Amino acid sequence: MAADLNIFVTEETVESDADGPLSGKTVAVKDNISTEGLRTTCGSAMLDDYVPPYDATVVKRLKDAGATIVGKANMDEFGMGSTTETSAFGATKNPVDPERVPGGSSGGSAAAVAAGEADLALGTDTGGSVRNPAAFCGVVGIKPTYGLVSRYGLVAYANSLEQIGPFAPTVAEAAELLDVIAGPDAKDATTRDEGVNSDYAGAADGDVDGLTVGVPTELVEGADDRVVEAFEAALSELEAQGAETTEVSLESVGHAVQAYYVIAMSEASSNLARFDGVRYGTSASEASGGSEGERSEFSGESGGYEGNWNESFARAREEGFGAEVKRRILLGTYALSAGYHDKYYKKAQDARAWVAQDFDAAFEAVDVLASPTMPVLPPRLGESLDDPLQLYLTDANTVPVNLANLPAISVPAGEADGLPVGLQLIGPKFGEETIIRTASAVEN
Amino acid sequence: MSDTSVDAEEVRHVATLARVDLDDAEVEEFAAQFADILTYFDALDEVPAVDDEAELVNVMRPDEVRESLSQEEALSNAAEAEDGFFKGPKVS
Repeated sequence: MAADLNIFVTEETVESDADGPLSGKTVAVKDNISTEGLRTTCGSAMLDDYVPPYDATVVKRLKDAGATIVGKANMDEFGMGSTTETSAFGATKNPVDPERVPGGSSGGSAAAVAAGEADLALGTDTGGSVRNPAAFCGVVGIKPTYGLVSRYGLVAYANSLEQIGPFAPTVAEAAELLDVIAGPDAKDATTRDEGVNSDYAGAADGDVDGLTVGVPTELVEGADDRVVEAFEAALSELEAQGAETTEVSLESVGHAVQAYYVIAMSEASSNLARFDGVRYGTSASEASGGSEGERSEFSGESGGYEGNWNESFARAREEGFGAEVKRRILLGTYALSAGYHDKYYKKAQDARAWVAQDFDAAFEAVDVLASPTMPVLPPRLGESLDDPLQLYLTDANTVPVNLANLPAISVPAGEADGLPVGLQLIGPKFGEETIIRTASAVEN
Repeated sequence: MSDTSVDAEEVRHVATLARVDLDDAEVEEFAAQFADILTYFDALDEVPAVDDEAELVNVMRPDEVRESLSQEEALSNAAEAEDGFFKGPKVS
């Protein structure tokens, strides 16, 4: 079945000798997280044959916890997409309905869990890339507070926004995986101490009696009626268990998508500058189709490549990157260029601060915020790729969380027309226990 | 649209800055899409000025020699290497 759904880019088993909380558990790892000796492509032709010489910190922690890695999960190229259709290795299909997308960009990771190809999975969430596919595939996904989980060994796309996060069939299992990967790391100076000796799994006790759940009207208004119906049924269920719900307003979120894409694209234009085909990645000589023999012919003339650095660099990137990656690098370069920096990048940072303040104010009145994870049901494969702007808009409910560096979880909240609907719960910074507790009540 | 219209020439200019070659079809496609996307981004003009008092602290570590990749490992993914160095194209 795995081959049919195109879940893995590389299917290879790495056993662990260690005895720990994940002994006997299989884990799929998104293909932008470095695994020593195991090909890591980021879903890109650029890194088609890249084999990292070291493990990401989260992978080391998986191995130390006894987990068995079962493969590198397919993804939107460099994490840029919301459907896992921009991978250079082909689209992943949704196990719930193979004619539909699994969501993105961690679509392979979510699909691995939904299809039973792995007990657990790791994804990365830059603007919703764990929560979105969790919602579309009917599994649980957690985007941790920024700084809770080390990003060492994660191939960077937009480093001020992204976090590695767990997928699992249940809230308790996702929380258990988060317990394994959370905590400070000397190799990532943006990590914090809050994850030390965590017991997130223990928080999945379903006790929401007396909890106040805020519902931001702006995150419900534009959603598909069928999604809203399932969302409201899940809220009623929480009320029946003793939670109180109240409407709140987050005025700033109307500008969150614009701010998110300007910041993410700007960071991408900088982060992806490292792919020059010299230290790793597709080189210009490979890109132009030269054989091994032809390449060595060049080497006598110009260090293995035709032309100068800029020309060979630009050619390698033309060949190695797909359309969405080029689109974002170019838009990011534009937004940072002279004359446009103040208009786009600086205003986006203002919007980011505004969103953070809006959330802070909301959490003075409520314990947790709830919204549909995705405003739509999973689209059919190929349905949404032609219009990038429309695709960007589907991230409206998830990107505000990344801008504010907050934790959020997507938990299955029933179905509409036979397709999964996800409920998103957002907490204050390092409020993982609260969102896990609330999500576990949704499961009951 | 105001000042955010993007023509093919501008796309080519940005592509040069970003060191990405584009073929003509890509240039035309991106020019049309960028006009739409940048017009959408114009809504950021409505964002109010916000006091951004981020609590930032420098995180430092002692500058000590530590275990690292071997030279061989560091070069293992390079298309071309020679005498322990990466081998790249001419700089100019």
